[in-house]
Amino acid sequence: MDIELMAEAFPKILSGLPVTMVLAASSLFLGFFLAIVIALLRTSRFRPLAGFAYSFVYVFRGTPLLVQIFLIYYGTGQFEAVRESFLWPVLREAWWCAILALTLNTGAYTSEIIRGGIQAVPFGQIEAAKACGMNAVMRFRRIVFPQAIRQALPAYGNEIILMIKSTSLASTITLLEMTGIARKLISQTYKPLEIFLIAAVFYLALVFIVTRVVAFIEYRLNPEQRDAARVPTAKDLQTAPIGDIDAGFR
Amino acid sequence: MAVAHAPDSASEALVVRDLHKSFAGLEVLKGVSLDARQGDVISMIGSSGSGKSTFLRCINLLEVPDRGVVSVNGETIAMKPGPNGTQLPADNRQVDRIRSRLSMVFQSFNLWTHMTVLENVIEAPIHVLKVPREEAIARAEGLLQKVGIADKRDQYPSHLSGGQQQRCAIARALAMEPQVMLFDEPTSALDPELVGEVLLVMRQLAEEGRTMIIVTHEIDFAREVSNEVVFLHEGRVEEIGPPEQVFDNPRSERCRQFVKRN
Repeated sequence: MDIELMAEAFPKILSGLPVTMVLAASSLFLGFFLAIVIALLRTSRFRPLAGFAYSFVYVFRGTPLLVQIFLIYYGTGQFEAVRESFLWPVLREAWWCAILALTLNTGAYTSEIIRGGIQAVPFGQIEAAKACGMNAVMRFRRIVFPQAIRQALPAYGNEIILMIKSTSLASTITLLEMTGIARKLISQTYKPLEIFLIAAVFYLALVFIVTRVVAFIEYRLNPEQRDAARVPTAKDLQTAPIGDIDAGFR
Repeated sequence: MAVAHAPDSASEALVVRDLHKSFAGLEVLKGVSLDARQGDVISMIGSSGSGKSTFLRCINLLEVPDRGVVSVNGETIAMKPGPNGTQLPADNRQVDRIRSRLSMVFQSFNLWTHMTVLENVIEAPIHVLKVPREEAIARAEGLLQKVGIADKRDQYPSHLSGGQQQRCAIARALAMEPQVMLFDEPTSALDPELVGEVLLVMRQLAEEGRTMIIVTHEIDFAREVSNEVVFLHEGRVEEIGPPEQVFDNPRSERCRQFVKRN
């Protein structure tokens, strides 16, 4: 083990951390909104919309992310029409291609997570909202979505972690995020163990922070479950005085 | 078609005419009508499968009746033709508006689990009726006091007993200041020792002169609080009248048997 090399590699790989984080954060942010739209289309009663959403999810879950990145970065440039269109300034940049591929990919996965959350909301909750005169938009915003998110959060935490690691694939299209920098260093030093170990430590640290943040949000969003561990006392269960039990103790 | 049967008297709190409803070919309601004036307390009884819950759910269109007319305070819910000779609401905004004047208490409470007791009660007043938040809170606190769970205002429904949850649901319904309250077997999901506290609150509401339609199995309660009792049998009104008549002196043999069994 070349400790000196590891110490040298540390700040260099660290310089790729912001790129990794921006890639992950921006595609997760955009992908989340995409996911809500896809999940709503998927649960729509209008068949063509549901079908479109289903196909989208099927394609992006059914193909490797690496293939998607290559198709977007190398594939689209083959078409004259694309090169001459307004999309070209975006599609010719590796950076935007990576964000686009990651966004579409996480959008597909997250939409399924959100759909599961939406469908887990008990029907009685929605009926109670209807019976109060809430319209469909209000019901979704105030009743269905908040409950769906609570339901979906553990699975979504997983998705965030997967996305952070997926950003390493962006190194294949020239982006110098942590893995990209590591690969460059290895090609100069031929010491893959030392350098990849450093990169792995950075990913571990990042994932650790994310796990804690998600756990904290879960804790904040579920106050009704937070205290549930507390065993309810007789006083909680009954406001009326319970003569019989008192008598038994005397 | 909706206008054809428009009720003549606008003083009626609720008018239901000739409701029909089928589920998968099975006709559950075969033409049920009901009139409720301001302050009426009407109990609907009948064996399970008689259609009483479906009838109640048709009033606020949680189930859309295949045929028939519902009017609340003289406003008829506009319907348009739907598939296979059925009908659909013509204007969802009108349905929402009418629902906000008919609050419903469910058998399984259906409190919103992600909100505290107080949040459950102020939710619809703030977002549907656009009541200012402070005012909604002040009113909700009064209502929680009234149903006896003021000390639970910041608890979540999952921490309450069934009786407390149902009383919270009643407070939520009252917060809408409804013209008619619909109760769908409000005590059927409760442990026997918790039934009394819910009935107590409901009795208090009846004495205040609230207009209530109650689907219930509690025969004694129905006899005590209602001024009219409807006995449904196989989707039809088999017997209707003041409680003394329906319970003590029914004209229908089926009603007599039902009362005897309960």
